[in-house]
Amino acid sequence: MASASYSELSANGLWKNNPALVQLLGLCPLLAVTGSVVNALGLGLATTMVLTCSNTAVSMIRNITPDAIRLPVFVMIIASLVTCIELLMRAFAYELYQILGIFIPLIITNCAILGRADAFACKNRILPSLYDGFIMGLGFTLVLLVLGAIREMIGSGTLFDNMDLLMGPAAANWGFKPFDNYPGFLVAVLPPGAFIFAGLLIALKNKIDKTLQQRQLAQQAQAPVASKRVRVTGNIS
Amino acid sequence: MAFLRVTSPHAHTVQDTASVMRLVLYATIPGIIALTWFFGFGTLVNIVWAGFIALVCEAAILKLRGLPVGFYLKDYSALVTATLLAIALPPYAPWWVVLVGVAFAIIIVKHLYGGMGHNPFNPAMAAYVVLLISFPVQMTSWAAPLHTLVEHPLPPGPLEAISINFGLLRDGVDAITMATPLDILKQNKSLMMEDLWLANPQFGLVGGRGWEWANLAFLAGGVFLLARRVFTWHAPVAFLLTLALMAGFGYDSGSSQSGGSPLFHLFTGATMFGAFFIVTDPVTSAVSNRGRLVYGAMIGLLVYIIRAWGNYPDAVAFAVLLGNFAAPFIDYYTQPRTYGHG
Repeated sequence: MASASYSELSANGLWKNNPALVQLLGLCPLLAVTGSVVNALGLGLATTMVLTCSNTAVSMIRNITPDAIRLPVFVMIIASLVTCIELLMRAFAYELYQILGIFIPLIITNCAILGRADAFACKNRILPSLYDGFIMGLGFTLVLLVLGAIREMIGSGTLFDNMDLLMGPAAANWGFKPFDNYPGFLVAVLPPGAFIFAGLLIALKNKIDKTLQQRQLAQQAQAPVASKRVRVTGNIS
Repeated sequence: MAFLRVTSPHAHTVQDTASVMRLVLYATIPGIIALTWFFGFGTLVNIVWAGFIALVCEAAILKLRGLPVGFYLKDYSALVTATLLAIALPPYAPWWVVLVGVAFAIIIVKHLYGGMGHNPFNPAMAAYVVLLISFPVQMTSWAAPLHTLVEHPLPPGPLEAISINFGLLRDGVDAITMATPLDILKQNKSLMMEDLWLANPQFGLVGGRGWEWANLAFLAGGVFLLARRVFTWHAPVAFLLTLALMAGFGYDSGSSQSGGSPLFHLFTGATMFGAFFIVTDPVTSAVSNRGRLVYGAMIGLLVYIIRAWGNYPDAVAFAVLLGNFAAPFIDYYTQPRTYGHG
């Protein structure tokens, strides 16, 4: 199988085949932890790291993995990587680890990771697989970040609050609060809000795609067409 | 050209959407008068403000969807949604609570699901639940029927209500709010029912002071709608009977553990308003008569369960949303048999 070019891989991961907006994989963490930017970024980075490493590892052993038991093998690889990440987070971002709680170990069940391992990494060479994992993770993280920012902004009226949990003490006052007595719109931080705003984001993406497509069609239609003579005599066959 | 969708039941009257909606609006008038008499002009202010937002949102989103704006605005459905939501809201809810609620009801609950006649959930109740979850403080401070309780001149007049709701006099709002009878009942751990009634002047003859009259007024409006055949009796009667029955089971003649008498539950909170103006929503309820009996009974059961053991004092909005969820399922099992088929 011919590997796709890197620019194609990037376009797929970030937009055309975005795990969160198009494949709708990994919705559980997407909906559960995007209540604030710091949670979203933390989980997004962890997922990206797992995805990159798992794609690389799966690609490395793709020729010696029997087809029948490939899924258990992939899950074992992903589980060990997630355990590493979990230990790392516990060591370096303990408070964030406590906030994210069960969703760190649950990265194992994130279908986006297993999906990429099975759909891409086990059929491609190491470097494209690594790049695919990274870019898919990046696409996922970006959506998490946007969703986290929207929900934090609308739900609690802050942005980048508590970033020091992830970025160290230097980020302690990155938090930014435009309105002083914003009452908070609690439903945006709760799970129903996640569904509503994820739905709106998907709708926005589809709308952008549609507009772009229409623009492209309009440009094609404007392209000059070679004139054709209309036959006015003789039999019309 | 847009056609009105006609679904079953095919009633042979000349009622179109607009005239039905107008009737519903007229039927809310006694209830609104009762609410205004006991709790001041807050509800009226909210209705006007909510109606204005509803029309603006409806017009904007119809325009965006490329639908005929004038045609759909004239069916009064946005105004009915806004009025029902404004009645359900606390009379002195701040303006932005009303704004968020009405915009949510019209834009998300109604139009994102396909607009008039396509919404799976009752827009007013879905918006109410969103507000209740999001702004618990503002949504649970209900006005007290002050002038019937203590030496208090009169409930807020129109201008005072406007200045409270639009944020100039927000500090004053605590002075005119009190725990509702359902709140008190929920908090009660030790008092016998009779002592509870003596200790709290908010209780009236059978329901809450003020609330019982508002409920009677909504009952009158509902009977008017029933007489004009806007809806059938099945859903509201099943709802009220089930609620009364459940309250009867839970009422052990007034110990501190009991849950209020059947009459109390029928004439307090949002019972009658819910029974005749929310449960009867033709779009989100079950379709057949048998289905409506099941649908109403299910909501009545849920209202009592949530009132007695849930976290919230009143429960009509939650119960109605759960009933809306179940309506297609109820329809599936209560489909009327075609005539002549076994």
